[in-house]
Amino acid sequence: MSDDNGNLLSVRDLRVYFETEDGSVRAVDGISFDVKRGETLGIVGESGSGKSVANLSLMRLIPEPPGKIASGSISFDGRDVLRLSPSEIRALRGKRIAMIFQDPMTSLNPFMRVSKQLMEVTQLHLGHTKRQARAHAIAMLEHVGIPDAAERVDSYPHEFSGGMRQRVIIAMALSCQPELLIADEPTTALDVTIQAQILELIKQLKSETGASVILITHDLGVIAGMTDHVIVMYAGRVFEQAPTRELFERPGNPYTRGLLRSVPDPTEDEGTLYQIPGQPPDLAHLPPGCPFASRCERAEEVCQKEFPPFVQLTPSHQSLCHFANEVYAETGATR
Amino acid sequence: MEQNPQKDDRGQIDSADLHIGPEYAVAERDVAELLTGRVVSGSSLWRDAWRRLLKNKLAVFGMVVVILVVLGSLIGPTVIQRTTGYAYDAIPKDASLLKSFPPFRGPDGRFSFAHPMGTDSAGRDILARVLSGGQISLMVALIATLVSLIIGVSYGAIAGYAGGRLDELMMRIVDVLYSLPYVIIVIVLLALLPAKTPTAQLAQLFFALGAVSWLTMARIVRGQIMSLKNQEFVLAARATGVSTPKIIFRHLVPNALGPVIVYATLTIPTVMLSEAFLSFLGLGVRSPRVSWGSLAAEGAQNLAVYPWQLIFPGLTMALMLFSLNFVGDGLRDALDPQARRD
Repeated sequence: MSDDNGNLLSVRDLRVYFETEDGSVRAVDGISFDVKRGETLGIVGESGSGKSVANLSLMRLIPEPPGKIASGSISFDGRDVLRLSPSEIRALRGKRIAMIFQDPMTSLNPFMRVSKQLMEVTQLHLGHTKRQARAHAIAMLEHVGIPDAAERVDSYPHEFSGGMRQRVIIAMALSCQPELLIADEPTTALDVTIQAQILELIKQLKSETGASVILITHDLGVIAGMTDHVIVMYAGRVFEQAPTRELFERPGNPYTRGLLRSVPDPTEDEGTLYQIPGQPPDLAHLPPGCPFASRCERAEEVCQKEFPPFVQLTPSHQSLCHFANEVYAETGATR
Repeated sequence: MEQNPQKDDRGQIDSADLHIGPEYAVAERDVAELLTGRVVSGSSLWRDAWRRLLKNKLAVFGMVVVILVVLGSLIGPTVIQRTTGYAYDAIPKDASLLKSFPPFRGPDGRFSFAHPMGTDSAGRDILARVLSGGQISLMVALIATLVSLIIGVSYGAIAGYAGGRLDELMMRIVDVLYSLPYVIIVIVLLALLPAKTPTAQLAQLFFALGAVSWLTMARIVRGQIMSLKNQEFVLAARATGVSTPKIIFRHLVPNALGPVIVYATLTIPTVMLSEAFLSFLGLGVRSPRVSWGSLAAEGAQNLAVYPWQLIFPGLTMALMLFSLNFVGDGLRDALDPQARRD
């Protein structure tokens, strides 16, 4: 039903809980979103807001126990990922959904030659012979811009620099031409010039293959430059969801507004940088009201008591706030 | 943010504080290759470790001795039989050879090369017996170590990767087996299955020593895997659809290989000693087969009169055990260069 309208991935009311001694931690608490074919979806949020957990659960990579996908549905190309058998989900991983991790220093096996790691994927999913897989690995490395790929393919990961390793990881992720690429903070561990190169590379490969991309980051600049649609997550929930342009121009949630205000603006040289006060809440002991209420500059009594509604601002723009309409009106008025 | 190498009071960097991890260590040859413009081929940890091992004099001495003893045991008995006609189990009819006084002295007090280690009470050449006993001792040690490698590594890796209840159960089984002394296991085995042939006896010895030798290995590997399994590359491998057995045996176990190799080399002398102990008690290798333990047992009976019957088998074994331990320690230092500094 949901995949009729061009959605490759459709997540509904996903809840992922972790059982700890301190009680059940609701890392992801009822999030829903869609990814259309060819679209880039950005997910922003503070550390611990559930971005990574949400995306790991898309491929059922949550460690169980202590983690548990408590409820919800994840429909990928019309099939419910949560109902797939272990071998079916393995066939999906790396072939149709691929993932790029944050730290290129640790996400390659230090004891395996790069060639072997790249070949493993295609031998597994595309049924390549050793020779085919090797040729493919070299071609992929060339494709992601590694010079002398044929000679460097047999190196160990430690012989590559950070940016080069991230290129290797991207080559590995894309070697089966996945339909969905999940990039979990792909540039956080890299320095700025390399960041730009890597993002450009992802963009270019995406346009070549037509893959959908989920880009997780806490860098709003990356979101602005890369994505079509944005989800703002906080305390395991979607706080706001909008087309990228609209979100930056007219946020409808105090939290998003706070995030946007805390981005340093190099053209202004006066004053201190804005900072959202307080800390994200303890996910094991969430207050009954809005989880952001204690840090929110706009909070009123109702925010402490009642959980906020998910307000539809425009057909493609929703915000989780008691005062979503007011905030939306204010941000519109200030322009 | 990034920590600089510690500076001492004068603000200078003490070179001893500059620890460079093995993965960043650059060998002189690599630099030379770089300078001469030749392509640096995949220089692995193993190559660096091998270089460090060769710098360790004790370890090199140990390796030489081990190789000599192994070669000697493999071909020695045949060579001796071909050249002199003495076999380890042949009792000579010539009674004058009976009590030769080693080294290089016949019973008449004159120089003689015939039995460099003398003969035993029945006139058998002790050198031939020591070398052929080495065959059995080495075989027992190797097989037990192999068992410890195969069972111990897979058992530990599975327990460590699975975690939770399965791990709990598997490790409790190890604890139970640990608490049983292997001497008891051997005695029970001998009582339950009386061996009819010396070969069957030997098989029982292998079984008993194998049954206990893998326990520590399983614990070591489990610990290694537990610390490795949460690394991101494992998640990355899972995210590319690699199956669990492949993750364990292709991705995780090779990463734990350093400690495994070190422990395996240290298992060999331990098992050898156990075998000698069992044979000394008469529970291990029996006549006509010989091992270093059974030779020592024979020699001990005649210690007061013919001390060489104990000294030579004992010396050979001690030398071998020392050497194996030197190699093991050398390997440990070579594979983990950071642990070596105090």
